[in-house]
Amino acid sequence: MRKTACGVAAVLPALLAGCGASGAGPGGDGPTGTLTVFAAASLTDAFPELGKRLEEDNPGLTVQFSFAGSSALATQISQGAPADVFASADQAQMAVVASAGRTDGEPQVFARNAPRIAVPEGNPAAVTGLADFAREELALAVCAPDVPCGAAAEAVFAAAGVPPRPDTLEEDVRAALTKVELGEVDAALVYASDVAAAGGAVEGIAFPEAEQVVNDYPVCVLDGARNAAAARAFVDLVLSAEGRRVLTDAGLRAP
Amino acid sequence: MPAPLLVPAVLGVLFLALPLVGLLVRTPWSQLGPQLAAPGVGQALRLSLVSATLATLLSLLMGVPLAWVLARSRARGRTVLRALVTVPLVLPPVVGGVALFLVLGRQGLVGSWLDDAFGITIPFSTTAVVIAETFVAMPFLVISVEGALRAADARFEDVAATLGAGRWTTFRRVTLPMVAPGIAAGAVLCWARALGEFGATITFAGNFPGTTQTMPLAVYLALQRDPDAAIVLSVLLLGVSLATLLLLRDRWLGRAGVP
Repeated sequence: MRKTACGVAAVLPALLAGCGASGAGPGGDGPTGTLTVFAAASLTDAFPELGKRLEEDNPGLTVQFSFAGSSALATQISQGAPADVFASADQAQMAVVASAGRTDGEPQVFARNAPRIAVPEGNPAAVTGLADFAREELALAVCAPDVPCGAAAEAVFAAAGVPPRPDTLEEDVRAALTKVELGEVDAALVYASDVAAAGGAVEGIAFPEAEQVVNDYPVCVLDGARNAAAARAFVDLVLSAEGRRVLTDAGLRAP
Repeated sequence: MPAPLLVPAVLGVLFLALPLVGLLVRTPWSQLGPQLAAPGVGQALRLSLVSATLATLLSLLMGVPLAWVLARSRARGRTVLRALVTVPLVLPPVVGGVALFLVLGRQGLVGSWLDDAFGITIPFSTTAVVIAETFVAMPFLVISVEGALRAADARFEDVAATLGAGRWTTFRRVTLPMVAPGIAAGAVLCWARALGEFGATITFAGNFPGTTQTMPLAVYLALQRDPDAAIVLSVLLLGVSLATLLLLRDRWLGRAGVP
């Protein structure tokens, strides 16, 4: 059935990408077709850069991304979402995918990310550290405990002995960041990479307890990948020195 | 019944009903009790029902007069006005939530003034939930009521006027009773939409148990952690909303003569 679909699609170049042909292209020996990468929301800036490089090195390859909270992505992948690669913001969500039998090989840690306080430009509420998250009068955003950044936040507050009083528990780290960018909260607990991504609109405040809660980011080719060759090439790029450079430029740390 | 109507109709029913069947088949019924007793579930359900009802009342208050203006006025800006009313229908709710921030947020056009003058901040409060739900759901009411007003025979209003009734009296004593079934149907639609509202709420009101976490938000977050719990919560929300609608239909729509 799939063969027929691809036969038809061959006539329609626009649809060719959708078939996920995984063999070598006529122009070279690199992967072609479409590669689908599911990646944690905190990779929204670094990964497209890597995708672009892989596309440049492999004419005929299209890399598409789905960015969301790692937990949402893990659920989608466990339900059979057609993804080739999964990059998670923590080990727990990779474990969800692994227990659903969808990892192909061992997941490898490619980056680390530390929590950081994000405040709007100019820091209007004069936030200085984690202790400010206990201030009732501030508007504060923290990730929901169900997503990795929320789990990290819980650990951070426990380590610091601060009982946080957030006004909202955000569904993913970028939603928390957006509220800082809009100036609607005085502070949010996000990752260092998010602060880097926001540019001038957001200021980051580092704090000592962050070092105890550094997340590992694992990446893995998925079982049943429609484009396994491209998936491997992408994972290799992410783990390479070049990949590391792009990731550290985006505010992540080397593993 | 002619096959050209019957076949697509059956397909339509299957298309709408099968996801529901899927949900019911996958429901871990043994978990229903523990989930119902889980902390926060009752709270989220109560908040959903209260905020959807408040949003419907707000919509009735503003939407019925607005529908009347759309249906009866002959002003030139009417087409533009109607297009504006349907904006929330085409706007992705998340975008609606961001737009509400830009108006009612702390830095928003109106919100910054509210903050400076009265110390009122709307985002991340139950008020924000009601506002987000009203924004998304009111167009459903307006469109139903406008349709009912257009379908109603305007000659009754003319007769009332010739008998000396003022426009306000005519509206209250003649127009409103005439379109009551349309208003009821619109209110039900509006309430149902408000109850299921997710995108604008999680954006503008945020997510905090007790103040802004409605059932759809609770379902979404449960899905991140425990899909079974999410299914149980969905079925619960579905059950409560269906029960409410059936109850209302008997008491309210039934009497008003809508089949």
